[in-house]
Amino acid sequence: MKNASTSVAITLKQVQKTFSDGTLALKPLDLHIEQGEILVLLGPSGCGKTTTLRLIAGLEFCDQGGQILFGERDVTQIAIEQRRVGMVFQSYALFPNMDVSENIAYGLRVRGENKATQQKKVNEMLELFDLQPYAQRAIDQLSGGQRQRVALARAIITEPEVLLLDEPLSALDALLKKRLRTDINALLKRLGITAVYVTHDQEEAMAMGDRIAILDHGEIAQIGTAEEIYLSPNSEFVANFIGQMNHFDGLLQGQALSFGKQFLPLSPSLYQSCSGGKRLRCMARPEDVCLMAFDEATVKGAVSHSVFLGDRTRVLVEVEGLQEPVHVDCFERKRYTIGDRVGLMIPPSRLVLLPNSGME
Amino acid sequence: MKKGVFFYLQLAFTLLICAFLIVPVFMSITAGLTNNYFVGIKSGLTFRWVEQVWDMYSNTIWLTMKIALVTTLVNLCVGVPCAYYLARTRSKLSAFLDECLTLPIAIPGMAIALGLISVYGGITEFRMSWSFILVGHVIFTLPFMVKSVLAVLQSINFRVLEEGAASLGASFWQRFFHVIVPNCKTGIVSGILMTLTLSAGEFNLTWMLHTPLTKTLPVGLADSYASMRLEVSSAYTLIFLGMILPLLIAAQFLNRRPKRSA
Repeated sequence: MKNASTSVAITLKQVQKTFSDGTLALKPLDLHIEQGEILVLLGPSGCGKTTTLRLIAGLEFCDQGGQILFGERDVTQIAIEQRRVGMVFQSYALFPNMDVSENIAYGLRVRGENKATQQKKVNEMLELFDLQPYAQRAIDQLSGGQRQRVALARAIITEPEVLLLDEPLSALDALLKKRLRTDINALLKRLGITAVYVTHDQEEAMAMGDRIAILDHGEIAQIGTAEEIYLSPNSEFVANFIGQMNHFDGLLQGQALSFGKQFLPLSPSLYQSCSGGKRLRCMARPEDVCLMAFDEATVKGAVSHSVFLGDRTRVLVEVEGLQEPVHVDCFERKRYTIGDRVGLMIPPSRLVLLPNSGME
Repeated sequence: MKKGVFFYLQLAFTLLICAFLIVPVFMSITAGLTNNYFVGIKSGLTFRWVEQVWDMYSNTIWLTMKIALVTTLVNLCVGVPCAYYLARTRSKLSAFLDECLTLPIAIPGMAIALGLISVYGGITEFRMSWSFILVGHVIFTLPFMVKSVLAVLQSINFRVLEEGAASLGASFWQRFFHVIVPNCKTGIVSGILMTLTLSAGEFNLTWMLHTPLTKTLPVGLADSYASMRLEVSSAYTLIFLGMILPLLIAAQFLNRRPKRSA
């Protein structure tokens, strides 16, 4: 089965959504998703990610003035049944009155495909998703993972132009989730299908997407690859939403940031971009902070908490002059106890300074 | 585990209540099958009274069946879409419709009949035909069909099922007949059984609406109790029970079956 030929790019132009009660769910949005690209919509509850997906699907219609294009085809006013989309729902939406094969075949059945074609394609899907032993099973006799695979098979059997996935793994346990997201990613890449994937799980977003769009209060806060978003967040919201971030608020003094009696050395690009005496907020990821000998460090503190997480130890260090403890990931197997006096070292190149982060 | 005195007291009380309800039915059945009820079983068993009832009242039995079946058909065609609309729409109109649908359960059948007679009684053809009774039965039984289907619709996530079908290219009618109706099957079958049972046994409303030519079984039964031998009326009851009991048992069986989740 090949989808690359049927798959198309998706373009949203000034797409806005206001609900009937007047709530603005989505501010005017411009978005282009390349043919064969997997875009993940990520954000907290109520940020507009599911609304965006439902607008692309045709389950909701955008406000006047917006436009949605599948390739060159304007689908803005077209209902979902004519949009040629495949959709996987959070609750899978499998039909309890049909068995696995009938569920998978349904899209072909309503399109009027003959029985032989239906059977041939269903068999292909059953094989692709390792579902042959369950072909005649009722839906309520399947496990969560099997239902998820049936839902995906049902969505792609019709070779849709775009595939839309609404938190498809949220109902599964953590281990199965990890395995399935790898499988789904590999499958989507193999099929070359344009996909929009909604999730609130940042790890899932990073594992699945070619690009991630982070939504906040009905607008895109940042869009980019996982690396771009993780390493160069453009706002406090994005920095805090993706992974853990340490904040260092202080004054720029010479080539360092000072807070209390501590000095955090900055890279030339950072201190040259700002004027001296200016208040700044620098940020660093826990894995970019290292613990070192207390006496040799320019930033010092005391361990307030330590948790062994298997591959690393997460240590929280209280630093004088900072409001929040600094989160540090230590990868060497060393034990820390509460009250240990430690020094902190952050390579200047790993410090992140947000655009317009001056706090004057 | 040894059962205590309290258990046996409860059992005895339950059996007593059952006997209180079942004995009159049993007596009625035996009355319909004995030569002379006042002499008792020793007068001998016979189907004579049943045959007599069949000769005299078979037309009421056929009419009852016809009205019950057509009522069910109308309820299916009107009740299922109506339940679907009520489940889908949350507006003042749908709330008002829901209330209107429930009213016939609360209003006495005679009042409904009086309403029908005072408004449509002047249309002689309609007033004289069995369809006049049919209208009354539809008004009385429709809420049971709607509520039964509505309960199932509200227990399954039918909107998502519909959206799933739509995403696969199904039109409105395909979604309705392929997904909504089959997944409401338990509600629909339960509604059908209730409609059949209620329509076949309805007396109050039918008694007001009937004409000498449009007598149904319960009206005929009342007539026979008033004017015939007790054995004949009892035989009539026997036929009525034979019609209604399988439906009641089927309804009970259906309600006991666990429902499949969406």
